[in-house]
This record gives sequence, C-alpha cells and structure tokens, in this order.
Amino acid sequence: MTYSALFLQLMQNVLVLLAAPLLLGWINQCRAWLQNRSGAGVLQPYRNLVKLFHKDAVLAHNASTLFRAMPYILFTCMWLAAALVPVLATDLPLSPAVDVIALVGIFALARVFISLAAMDIGTAFGSLGARREMLVGFLAEPALLMVLFTASTISQSTSLITIVETLAHKHFVLYPSMTFAAVAFVMVMLAENARIPVDNPATHLELTMIHEAMVLEYSARHLALVEWASALKLLAYMTIGIALFVPWGIAEGGNWSALPLAVVLLLLKLALGGAGLAFIEAVSAKMRIFRVPEFMGTAFLLAVLGLLTHFLLES
Amino acid sequence: MGIPFSGQLINMCAALLLLIAFAMLSQRRILSLINLFALQGLILAFSTAVVAYTSNQHHLYTSAALTLLLKAMILPWILHRLIRKLDIKWDVETLFNIPTIMLVGLVLVVFAFNLAAPISQMAGTITKSTLGIAMASVLLSFLMMITRSKAVPQVVGFLAMENGLFFAATSATYGMPMVVELGIALDVLVGMFILGIFFFQIRVAFDSLDLHHMEKLKEN
Amino acid sequence: MEIFWVLCIPLFGGLMLAVFGMRRYAPELNSAMSFCTFAAAAALTARVISSGSFSAWDEQFFVDAFNVFLVSLTAFVGFTTSLFSRPYMRIEHDHGKLSANRLRLYYSMYQLFSFTMLLALLTNNMGILWVAMEAATLTTVLLVSLYRTPASIEAAWKYFILCGVGLAQALFGTILLYFAAEKILGAGGNALLWTHLNAVKTQLEPTVLSLSFVFLLVGYGTKVGLAPLHNWLPDAHAEGPTPVSAVLSGLLLNVALYAVVRSKVLVDGALGTHFAGNFMMGFGLFSVVMAAFFLSRQKDVKRMFAYSSIEHMGLMTFAFGMGGPVATFAGLLHMTVHSLTKSAIFFAVGHAAQKSGTQLMDGIRGLIKTNPTIGWGMALGTLAILGMPPFGVFTSEFMILTTAMHSYPWAMPFLLIALGVAFASIFGRMQLMVFGETGGQRLPHPPALIPVFVHLALVLLLGLYIPPYLAEWYRQATALIG
Repeated sequence: MTYSALFLQLMQNVLVLLAAPLLLGWINQCRAWLQNRSGAGVLQPYRNLVKLFHKDAVLAHNASTLFRAMPYILFTCMWLAAALVPVLATDLPLSPAVDVIALVGIFALARVFISLAAMDIGTAFGSLGARREMLVGFLAEPALLMVLFTASTISQSTSLITIVETLAHKHFVLYPSMTFAAVAFVMVMLAENARIPVDNPATHLELTMIHEAMVLEYSARHLALVEWASALKLLAYMTIGIALFVPWGIAEGGNWSALPLAVVLLLLKLALGGAGLAFIEAVSAKMRIFRVPEFMGTAFLLAVLGLLTHFLLES
Repeated sequence: MGIPFSGQLINMCAALLLLIAFAMLSQRRILSLINLFALQGLILAFSTAVVAYTSNQHHLYTSAALTLLLKAMILPWILHRLIRKLDIKWDVETLFNIPTIMLVGLVLVVFAFNLAAPISQMAGTITKSTLGIAMASVLLSFLMMITRSKAVPQVVGFLAMENGLFFAATSATYGMPMVVELGIALDVLVGMFILGIFFFQIRVAFDSLDLHHMEKLKEN
Repeated sequence: MEIFWVLCIPLFGGLMLAVFGMRRYAPELNSAMSFCTFAAAAALTARVISSGSFSAWDEQFFVDAFNVFLVSLTAFVGFTTSLFSRPYMRIEHDHGKLSANRLRLYYSMYQLFSFTMLLALLTNNMGILWVAMEAATLTTVLLVSLYRTPASIEAAWKYFILCGVGLAQALFGTILLYFAAEKILGAGGNALLWTHLNAVKTQLEPTVLSLSFVFLLVGYGTKVGLAPLHNWLPDAHAEGPTPVSAVLSGLLLNVALYAVVRSKVLVDGALGTHFAGNFMMGFGLFSVVMAAFFLSRQKDVKRMFAYSSIEHMGLMTFAFGMGGPVATFAGLLHMTVHSLTKSAIFFAVGHAAQKSGTQLMDGIRGLIKTNPTIGWGMALGTLAILGMPPFGVFTSEFMILTTAMHSYPWAMPFLLIALGVAFASIFGRMQLMVFGETGGQRLPHPPALIPVFVHLALVLLLGLYIPPYLAEWYRQATALIG
C-alpha cells in the first residue's frame, strides 16, 4: 500500500463525484441535438445542483427521520459504488472490496431506502412510485446478476478487478457470450437508471413516472443530493459497462505512465457511451408499464443465453 | 483457451446469429423482421468466408458469395418488393405472450446444445462448437413459424430455418458438396418465387394475409 | 443413355408445354411426352433386366432392381394419368373452372413433376435426392391450388409449409449423414453417393447415423404422409384437381417412402440393430390405426381415399420396418398394387365427382345407372383397395399380416381392427355411391376409363400370378433392402 495508490484512489473518488453531473449534461445535450434542439449545455446539471443547494428545504409535517436521512444514505451508496468500480487503474486500496455481488448489494440497499422514504409521507404518488420501482428492481436484479456471472465464469472470480485484469490485460480474445451479456446489460442499465423506454427522467406525468414519483416530496439540498446520486448511479453503471465490455486501456496496477492515456480513453468511452444512450433514448418510445416485465424478461433471457453460449463455445 | 482468432470470430458470428434468431422471435413488425433476415444472411456469408479462409476450402468462397447474393440481397429484396406491393409494410402482428415464447426458445436452445454436444465432439472442424447454435437457430425458426399467424413472417421463419441448416452444414462439415448446395439454392429461390405468387393468391382469395382465415379445412 | 432420355424427356416436355400449353393440342402433347418417358423407362428396365444394375455419369446416377421397378411404375402411372387428364381437364375447362393459362401451368408442371420424381429415383446422391424431393413439392404446390378457391389455396399453403418444414428436417438428416460419411470417404461430392455409402456402411459412426435417420424419417415421413405428420395430405388430395390427387397418392408418396427405405439400408448397416425398423414400424402402425379411424368420419370422397392412402402407406412403412425377405417383398408388391389401384380409384372418383358436380359422398348416387363404366370402375377399385381376393392388394396384405403374426404378434390386433374399420366404412359408402337412386345426367365428353380398367386388370393379374421376371426383380430388390 503506497501513498501514490492512496492518492490515486482519492483522485478517482473525487473524479467520479465531479464527472457524474457532466455525464448527465452530456447525455441531455446529445439528446437535444438528436431532437434538433439547441439544448441547455453540458454544464446545466451543475447549475441545477447549485441552485438547489441554495434553496431552503421544505419538509412535510409527518416526515420521519428516515425521510430526512435518505438523501444522504442514497448519495453515499452511489458514491461508494461509483468510486469502487475500477475506471483508471486496477490496483487501488479499495480494490479488495470491489466484488460484483457487493456492488449489486449496494444498489439494492439504495433502492430499499429510496422506496421506504417514498412511502414515508403517505402520498399516493410516493407509494405508486415505490411499488413500480420495486417491480423494476425485482426484475432487473437477476438479469444484472446473470450478466455479471457470465463475466465471472470467464475470469473465474466475482471480483471486478480480476474480471477487468482478465479481459483487458491477457491476450485479446473475443467472447461471444459477452455479446449477449452486453445487450442484456444495456437493457438493465436503461431500466435501473429510469431512462426511456422504461421510464422518462424528464417527465412528471403521473401515469408513467417511476423514479420521479418517489422523489416528488423532496426539495432543495435533499433533492440536489438525490439528483446527484442519480447521476452517480448512471456513471457507476456506465463504468461497470466499460469495465466489463471495453476495458482496454485501463492502467495496470501502479503503472503511472499509463495513467494519462487511461484518463483520455475513459473520457472518450464515456462520451461515446453517453451519446449511444442518448441515441437509444431518441429512437425508442416509452413503453407501457405493463410491458416492462417483458422487457426485463428479455434481458434476463439474453443474460442466461450468454452464460449458455459461454459453456458451449468457450469452455 | 486455445482457439485461434478466426475461430473466435466464427464463434462470435454464431453468437450473433443466435441473438438475431431471438430478435426475430420477438419482433412484431414485418419490416424489421425482413431487415433482421437480411442481417442474418450477411453474417452467415461473412462467417462462411472466414471458415473458407481458415480451412482453405476454396469451394466455400463460392457458397459464401452465393449466400451473400441470395440471402442477404435477392431474397430480402423480393420480400421488400412483395410487402410494398401488398401494402403490408407497417403491419404489426399480435403474437402469443412474448416472454412465454422466449422461455420456450430458451428451453429449445438448451435442448439443441445437448443434442449437438456428442456430434460436435466428433467433428474435426474448427467450427465444431457452433453446431449447437446452428441447431438452436433451426429450432428457433421453427418455433417462430409455429407462433406466427401471418403469411410473410411464416415465410421469413422458413427461410431463416434454411439459413440455420446452411450454418449447420458449414460448421459440421465445411459445407455440403457443391452440386447439392447449388441445388438447394435453386430450390430456395424457386420456392421464394412460388411463395410470392402465393401471397397474391391468398390475398385475392381471403382479402388478407392473416392465416387465421384459413381454418376451413379441419377435421370435424 | 436410357437414364438421359428418362430424365430429359419430361424436362424438355415441361419447358415445351410452358410455351404451347394453352394450345388445343396440349393434352395430346402431354400424353405423348409421358408416353415417350414411359418408353424410355421401359428401355431402361430392359437393360437392367438383361445386364443388371449399373451407374452412369461418374456414378451420379445409379439404377438397381429397387429403383428401376419404381421408375417404370412411375413412368407408367404418369402416362396413364396423362391419358385420364386429357378428357378430365377438357371437361373442367368447359365447366369454366380453369382458364387456358391455368391449363398451361398444369401441363407444364405435370411434366416437371414427373421429372423431379424420376430424378429423385435415379440419382445416386443423397443430397440431390433431397433437392429433387423439395423440387417435387414446389412443382405440385401450384397444382394443388390450381382452382384458386379459398379452400384449395389453404390446402396448398398447408402443403407447402408442412412439407417445407418436414424437408428441412430431412436436409438436416442429410447433413448429418454427410458428416458421418466425410470421415470415411473424405470430403467432396462422392461422400454422399449412396453406392459409396452402402459399401462402407458398417464403418459409419452409429450415433450420428441414428440421429440422422430420425431426422430423415421425420422429414421424408412428412412427405409419405405418416401420422402425425400427415395433416397436409387429405387437404391437398381433396382440393387439387383429380389427376394431381392420383399422381400424389400413386407416385409421390412412393418416392418419399423410397427415400426413407434407402436411408434405412444405410442405418441398418451402420448400427447392426433393428433401430430404424422399430421406428418405421411405430410410425407405420400409428398411421394405419389413425387413418382408419379418421376415414370413417369423412364426407368428401377424395378426402376419404386420401386417408386410405395414409393407411396403406403406413402399412408399407410397417412392412419395410419389419424387414426380412417376406415382409420386404410384400412391401414392394404393395407399393406397386397400391399405386395402380389408388390412381384407378381417383380416376373413377374424378369423373363421378364431375358428373355429380360435388365431391361430397351424399351427393354422389347411383353411378351404375347413369354411367355403368364409372360405377363398375369405382366398385371394383374399391374392392381391390380393401384387399378383397383375388386382387393383388390381398396378396400383399396377406403376406404382411402373416409376417406380423409370426414375428410381431402384438401388432396384430391393431392391424386387424384398423383394416376392419377401414373396410366397413369404405364399403358402406361405396355401395350407396354406386347403387343408390339418382336423377343425374351423363357427362358431355366420354370419360377416359381405359386407364382405370388397365390398372385394375394389372392389379388382378398381380393377385393371381406374378410373372417370373417380376418376381425375380422383387427378390433382387428385397435382397438389396434386406
């Protein structure tokens, strides 16, 4: 454990924290371009956050401690998740903790709290949102686990670090099973981050919203934290995707000279990923909530197929 | 993991074919279905060319070219023309419950993999492990034909099944003898023309391409 | 050289009739072409009788006792059917059911259909066999929908899709066969030649071959009309023009069964067990029983006889499945007599339906009063197909039953019940159609009933006396099939 590694870890943590709203801004900007709008600029999420932090918070009379604590818990969970994923280098102080199952657990923890807080006030929308969120989560989680297991069977470990090491630094091998996993992962990512076609982050239409319904009662700094956490979650998913499917270019443990290249490549991959996400959102229509199980079922199926093809083709 | 790169490439193509087979299974729009079919033909031609290059089997280049021409260009083109003439381009089809179909499909894949396992162990080709996928895509196309009620998707399913068989032939034995392959291609082409004539006959007789109208001939 | 003529005449005829098929003399041209084919087939047969089996053109074509007998049968029935279709199609034309263009399609496809069947029989390559079988489907599918009525289009669609899917299974079986053969014979076109495969059949990988046979049986079995894959068969027979029903029943089913038997020979050699035979017996027995019970519920006369075809194909499959000299001999004999009798029945039925204006049996009455020849043809044909002595069907069925009684007694109750049910239902219906009261009219054109009586006479002859060279021929084929 060297100081340099510690510094690198710290740098990664701060970097994800700061970069998350930027990614969100970039995606929104891409969407605007694709829809022939000029857009608000990539820095708009920062402005939103600043604005929200400067407001006075309003809380419902019957809000409990849980309701007040939720934004902090959520934010911590997401920051932790985003910081754990190896994005720049593989050998960091937190590396031993980066287990894919643990990551899924962190996301689940955050989901439990946000759903509980949504029901805390007792409004109809909160409960409705919580129920829908649990439905989506209940379906998305097994699919996500299957995707991760496919990668784990290839590298014989559930540690994300080992997976990345195997995929990025051993000699180049094409894994057909990862094609299936990648498609499934994108579907899970869309669902979990409340993007179109599962949910629409830009609407407060009561019939369709999921995520927005749960955070309707929040304001000011609480809302800012919740929104920042969502941005972090998106970044975490995006980086997990990068780590699993296009890990090339990540710096090998302690190799400082490879770091600048790693940073550039990471930014490039994120920019491309964000543009891709915006494209998917622009070309698809929001589906009815009853179609979501079908969508997630397909994701799960594809993930299982990935696992099957692994055993057929790669063992 | 001792598979050479070309082998990996072929495996990748196989996985993509399986993916397309599933996409076809769940596709509701006729136009997208035809595009998927053309894509399948393209991947098939590419993988055949890779097999030809790796195994040094020159006759496979011919089959690859034939596949590209017939299955990625001519047949999709005919289908496109047909649906434009019949004006069913934007038809959306109601299917059975898609998740159920997909689950049945998954079971079929497992079945096919198991069935192919003993055979692929005997094969000496570098593509041997893809035989299971070839069989799975044959079965999935079969499933697609069963679950569709309209004429065009049934035909696409039929052609996709032929694609699966072709892939099976390439992966198990580096392709059938040339005479046979030419004969099969001719049959497929003629079959397609006859089906085209058929579509119009069905349309004139029933005013629709929905095969639900065709339920007169049943055992009482 | 004879092979060349046998194949080229129908191919050329098909192309020529595609051009001249709408002329007034097209039916005669069609018959002439079929006659030439038959003459070439007779020459081929004569050569095989005198000099034994041979192969031609780099061994791509191959004639032995088994297929030459089917070639001459196919050419003969093809010829007589073309004679029958001459007045039949004229009447349909006069009734306004078919336009001149449709007739052109009919004649052209008829010749091409003969070509594909003969190709399937003569080729030595299992892959080409598949191609020819598929082509046979393609040529007949437009014939089934010739009337363009909703029902006929539905029947043709069903026929196309079901047989297409079935044949796709057969193609997979062929691929597996090639896979096994390639190991022994090396890659290339010769690995699928039946003669080569037959020579090395004991070395072929048993696992692959058994899997391959299952696919081949299911695939070609769909075309044979084996239950439960028979759904297309009654519809296609009932809705197509009668000459097409006659050639489908009398010839195409035989050719498909031929493909199954050829595969069985290879698999038996590789496995050394009764695996393939058991499968065929199972399918055959099930078809016999199933067809007999469906038969009793039919109202349409062509549908009823289509089910009777399923029953008889099942019986043949069962016989070939049992194997052994007597059963195989009986199977071959049954192939011959069934195809002669069934096409004769369809000829008679076709005219009867034309006369009554309906295919429903309730509408066909008293044939013997208005058209005694049709009536007698139908009565005798029905008696023959039901296995009444002294017709040839009786001989073959008797041989099959005695072999079954000896080797597989458990199958006897099924067979006897099925044959009994079939007898009762067909015989009862036939009596009403032939002897009932009627006020019907005579036909405008004289019906072509010579083929009916020629066929029935041949069947009668085969029941009383099998000419020695024919018996020798069957014996050779039997030895080949085993």
